[in-house]
Amino acid sequence: MIDKQDIINEIELDRFELFEKPHYSFAFDRRDFIKGFGLGIVFIVPVTRALAQQRGESGRGGFNQSLPNDVSAWIHIAEDGGITVFTGKVEVGQNTRTTLTQSVADELHVPLGSVHLVMGDTDVVPFDMGTFGSRSTPTMAPQLRKAAAAAREMLIAMAADQMKVAPADLRIVDARFVNHDKSKILTLAEVAKGRKLVKVIPEDIAITQPKDWTIAGTSVTKVDAKAFVTGAHNYTTDIQREGMLFGKVVRPSAFNATLVSADTKAAEAMPGVKVVTDGNFIGVAAPDQQIATRAANAIVTNWKAPAQPSNAELFEGLRKTPVGEGGGGIRPQGSVPTGMAAADKKLEQSYTVAYIAHAPLEPRAAVAEWNGDKLTVWTGTQRPFGVRGELAEAFHVPQEKVRVLVPDTGSGYGGKHTGECATEAARLAKATGKPVKLVWTREEEFTWAYFRPAGVIDVKSGVKNDGTITAWEFHNYNSGSAGLQIKYDIPNNEIRFHESNSPLRQGSYRGLAATANHFARESHIDELANAVNLDALEFRLKNTKDERLRGVLTAAANKFGWGKTKSAANHGFGISCGFEKGGYVATCVEISLESPTSKEDPKNKRVRIVRVVEAFDCGAVVNPMQLKNQ
Amino acid sequence: MAKVTDLNVNGKKMTVDVDATASLLSVLRNDLHLTGSKYGCGEGQCGACTVLLEGQPVRSCITQVARAAGKQITTIEGLERDGNLHPLQDAFIKADAMQCAYCTSGMIMAAAGLLKKTARPSRDEIIEGMNGNICRCGTYQRIIEAIQIASGQTTTKEAAR
Repeated sequence: MIDKQDIINEIELDRFELFEKPHYSFAFDRRDFIKGFGLGIVFIVPVTRALAQQRGESGRGGFNQSLPNDVSAWIHIAEDGGITVFTGKVEVGQNTRTTLTQSVADELHVPLGSVHLVMGDTDVVPFDMGTFGSRSTPTMAPQLRKAAAAAREMLIAMAADQMKVAPADLRIVDARFVNHDKSKILTLAEVAKGRKLVKVIPEDIAITQPKDWTIAGTSVTKVDAKAFVTGAHNYTTDIQREGMLFGKVVRPSAFNATLVSADTKAAEAMPGVKVVTDGNFIGVAAPDQQIATRAANAIVTNWKAPAQPSNAELFEGLRKTPVGEGGGGIRPQGSVPTGMAAADKKLEQSYTVAYIAHAPLEPRAAVAEWNGDKLTVWTGTQRPFGVRGELAEAFHVPQEKVRVLVPDTGSGYGGKHTGECATEAARLAKATGKPVKLVWTREEEFTWAYFRPAGVIDVKSGVKNDGTITAWEFHNYNSGSAGLQIKYDIPNNEIRFHESNSPLRQGSYRGLAATANHFARESHIDELANAVNLDALEFRLKNTKDERLRGVLTAAANKFGWGKTKSAANHGFGISCGFEKGGYVATCVEISLESPTSKEDPKNKRVRIVRVVEAFDCGAVVNPMQLKNQ
Repeated sequence: MAKVTDLNVNGKKMTVDVDATASLLSVLRNDLHLTGSKYGCGEGQCGACTVLLEGQPVRSCITQVARAAGKQITTIEGLERDGNLHPLQDAFIKADAMQCAYCTSGMIMAAAGLLKKTARPSRDEIIEGMNGNICRCGTYQRIIEAIQIASGQTTTKEAAR
């Protein structure tokens, strides 16, 4: 158990970062496994702990492996000089394939086009926890750079030996080894000769610093864009296998419902249809999608569903249903009652955030194929090794018997961390002995995928008439702890995250709870500024000494021309700022309220965003164009 | 049940054996293995499945295959000419008008339909014409820029940005 007092500023935390509980288990189930790990869910995984796990500490499926430190695990140079790089990160539209390719090409001094990344294939890439939490650029890029730097040094030594010159006399220019007077030149292919690069990556190997980047730091378009504009790229939904069937799952009547009875006779009578029932799972496999859908619709089910709260009861319910010791926070400072006593003005306010769906344009999809006891699954997931673990558990096979491949995927936004679709497809494939493709419908996406957690945030604060904030008490119920940290200097504060019992499935979501915590905090800061009649920018600057936060606030405000025009009826300006995952951001927005069109409710004005100016200080930028696209 | 046995796809006559009520999208993807057109919603709401029928953009997921029989069907796979990308395909690369790119083929087909109707659409006409094609990653500004590039109204501005 993590000592909550240890969760301090430099540690990033979020329980939803990693896991949403697997939705259901099969009859030959995972009960034994769950017993062994309590609830089987890691509630709070600060990055330091997560990295410790990645380095070898044991944990839930997919966490018990260490990173290889041999060059050959990461980089291979073929006989023709083509460079293949292996990473467990996956491409889901954040264009990390492009930016990681840039980093490797940069470190090796080779053209971008000579580097090809193999991503998210658990049989061939080094273990990886998953693609989430904005970790690919800060952790995988340096990891690949280290491997590339070690490879480069090794290749230079090999080339020097071959060319009979001192290694210091050699440079790599455009994938060629060149000596000082260019009298001797060898290509990468001539040096590597397709050999495996066996060398331990030194812990302290130097990697190229941003000021010396040549390929990284430039705006490069998506490396394999042509495959996408021609329709040639195969997403999971496009994978075809010999003899492949199409699957369809019969969904319960409600979240947490249990199956009372099912009449599958009509479906089973359909030609080519196989019905699979196992505990609460009912699915069909059929030669084509239409028949599968028809068969699933023909199954008559009777479910028993527990009562659920209404929308009106939701937020109070989240406040009142704490889960065990779950939660966390920032180490409190001073005394909130003392701070409140010192205040001239006091405020209390609550902010709510809704459950929202990720709605990736490519729905959850999987193609599963058994060859004997070896299971191969193509699926769009952000955690290929995690899904491999889930499949191994569900089917009681060793992880080595499961291969998960992740084709570049039609987005995820944090929604594709779990492997339920892969598990469902594999269950149907197991029963039919044939490859099965399962693609969730849009309706299933909106009803059966996990959601971004809903939450309620209660804030209590005090401020002096001169604009000094004296007290700050902040309680986030259920939405999460990302972005909880404040960069305002408030001597008395208590900031807590409380985990609740969610009536719906919930899990990671792009930005995690940073969106909710920033929304609540910055809204409240505005209300405080208003209470003491101070300008929103001036009030923020008065309450923070953080140079980088002041930097983005000032940069955004200057570019925007903050304060040059005063708000008027139906026309206003807003500013907010924040810090998360090492990045600082400030945004100025101008909005206007306009009359509704004739088709709309005359009572509702239309909000028009006139302009937005955002300042973002995120450190070295690997690809400015992709950053803007994000 | 009535069957459809012939389709004219990307200038070629293709033989199929499918129910007349099957969606054009499922026939293209599962029977003809032309998987460039995507399933996004199955309800005609997202545009990922857009193809051209006699040059007009249609949502293939809600178009029964019988409606397409005997007509010229153009999919993303049919845009290249003699190994050269269509100007829209080129422009989408130049403008980097994609992130996960799952919407891209539908975007390009919808844009192809738009440019057939209006060779040099204004920004507002592009927004109007492309309204209904969803990019969940939010790459709309670049998609507009790509269509402007393809219609010869601008060159890529990325270097200057």
